[in-house]
Amino acid sequence: MAFKVLNPGLLTTVQDLGRPGYFHLGIPMSGAMDRYALRAANLLVGNPEGAAALEAVFMGPQLEFEVDATVAVTGADLPARVDGEPHPAWTAFSVRAGQVLSFDYLKGGARAYIAISGGIDTPPALGSRSTYIIGALGGYHGRALAAGDMVPLGKPGALRHGTEVPDALRRTVGKSAELRVLPGLYWRLITEEAGRNFFEDSWKVAPEADRMGYRFRGGRPFTFEPREQPFGAGSNPSNIVDACYPYGSIQVPGGTEPIVLHRDAVSGGGYFTLGAVISADMDLIGQMQPHTGVRFVKVDMDQALAARAEEAGRLARLREALA
Amino acid sequence: MQTRYSYGGDEHIFVEMDEEMSLEAFFKSMSITNAVRAAHIDGITEICPANGSFQIKFDPDRIAPDVLMSRLQSLEQAANKAEKRLETRIVEVPVFYRDPWTTETLMRFRERHQDPQSTDLEYAARMNGYDTVEQFIHAHHASPWFVSMVGFVAGLPFLYQLVERSRQIQVPKYLRPRTDTPKHTIGHGGCFGCVYSVRGAGGYQMFGITPMPIYDPTQKVSYLREFMVFFRPGDIVKWKPIDREEYDAITADVAANRYEPRIRKVTFDLDSFNADIDGTNQRLMETLHGV
Repeated sequence: MAFKVLNPGLLTTVQDLGRPGYFHLGIPMSGAMDRYALRAANLLVGNPEGAAALEAVFMGPQLEFEVDATVAVTGADLPARVDGEPHPAWTAFSVRAGQVLSFDYLKGGARAYIAISGGIDTPPALGSRSTYIIGALGGYHGRALAAGDMVPLGKPGALRHGTEVPDALRRTVGKSAELRVLPGLYWRLITEEAGRNFFEDSWKVAPEADRMGYRFRGGRPFTFEPREQPFGAGSNPSNIVDACYPYGSIQVPGGTEPIVLHRDAVSGGGYFTLGAVISADMDLIGQMQPHTGVRFVKVDMDQALAARAEEAGRLARLREALA
Repeated sequence: MQTRYSYGGDEHIFVEMDEEMSLEAFFKSMSITNAVRAAHIDGITEICPANGSFQIKFDPDRIAPDVLMSRLQSLEQAANKAEKRLETRIVEVPVFYRDPWTTETLMRFRERHQDPQSTDLEYAARMNGYDTVEQFIHAHHASPWFVSMVGFVAGLPFLYQLVERSRQIQVPKYLRPRTDTPKHTIGHGGCFGCVYSVRGAGGYQMFGITPMPIYDPTQKVSYLREFMVFFRPGDIVKWKPIDREEYDAITADVAANRYEPRIRKVTFDLDSFNADIDGTNQRLMETLHGV
């Protein structure tokens, strides 16, 4: 049971909910950039919500199926076709053995999740099938899919089609978005003015935006509180003694362009971090295209936890809707 | 030393022992992370020690952030009394200094460098007051180094030089990080040395390359069969300069699965190290070479 990759798209990888537990060795959790969309796709096709699926960035792959399967596409607005026939997003549909799944041009968002009944059955590495490309770990031989790959599928449950995610539970990102940030970490190294500017300025997603991190441009450069650099840090005021980087943390090398670390984050390094994007907004980042306008919004811990609870509620409603 | 606690979003707590790097900060961080691990606190999902700090990842649905924060602060008291001693290992790592691959890469990224007219080694030698690159290279491999953190990318060790602070090599990081670094590059930034475990981005100055793999996700390399990552915090490293011929020979041995790095068990005691640095290093070398 498998499908054949006729065309891999731009960057299509196998992802599940990731491999926590190895960040202390520099191995990030990886997993879907938009975990909500991954869960929705899996639930639609009758998989466990953490099963491995495909994450396609900007451009969809072209896949030929060896077996009958149920398929669902969620996340980015990347219209699917089976042998040329269009199929709605966020809805389960069937693909017969010998048919070809392909995609039209991207209409919104950045990452589509393609779940297939049975789930992708590549061998797990350190407990997960997620692809960590830099470490050549997990997924399909530790790399993105390529033309000619035969990707194995697990045993599917009963085939189903027509199940859909209610409109209110679908999420897309438009031309602009807000990201909520809890200030902290090395916040004290920047001046009060730089801290104010960061939240006032309009930022845009830069072209360097990938699974490791998203870079932002357009705001004013940061100024630093005067101080003598501590031993071992390096001479630039944005340098620190190399430390851990939380997921979602915002570093600003050289004090110019903030970088938000994501699922394939480097686990540490020598640049200061001013705080972190809250967990509730991390999925949103994965759907941002370059040039998306972004405002960073300051929140406190209580607001972060409230947003987290709100997200958990959404997920509970999704599970209920697709049960 | 002033310990500083901070939240990293709603899923992390970050604890810095000291702004400055020192072995005292490392040992204190290690003691607390050991105590946190032993406490088996429900809701903690990752414990990541760094050079002089550490990070805890937790699930705020299982433990409230402020409750975890107080637990960590109470563990700090106990950690202050912990012994600063490690049962560890010393490893000899061959280094081909001024190799063709890092040289090609550094030439490609000259415009991101503080001194585009020099190589990274020439620049580092000058910044550290050495008259020649040879003298600098000698200072780089003459004394052992201490793995004070594993991370950045898969299995990359950060190394802290075991000499008096006045003799420690310090160099700035590249002005803008490179987008490419050869696999197995020996780098240096701030006071830290490193071995780039995989090919990719990097901001450290490049001094040479090792033929010895330190990360193998396929676990085919003989000494990585047990686990794909070679280094652990607390490991001690001694660089051994090699030439092209030896580099090629080791590369062939690795490919044929007959290369075994030289590794010996050692005890490292911070108080005795501080009391007699040269004597401690002398004993470490004797253990490594079986004298």
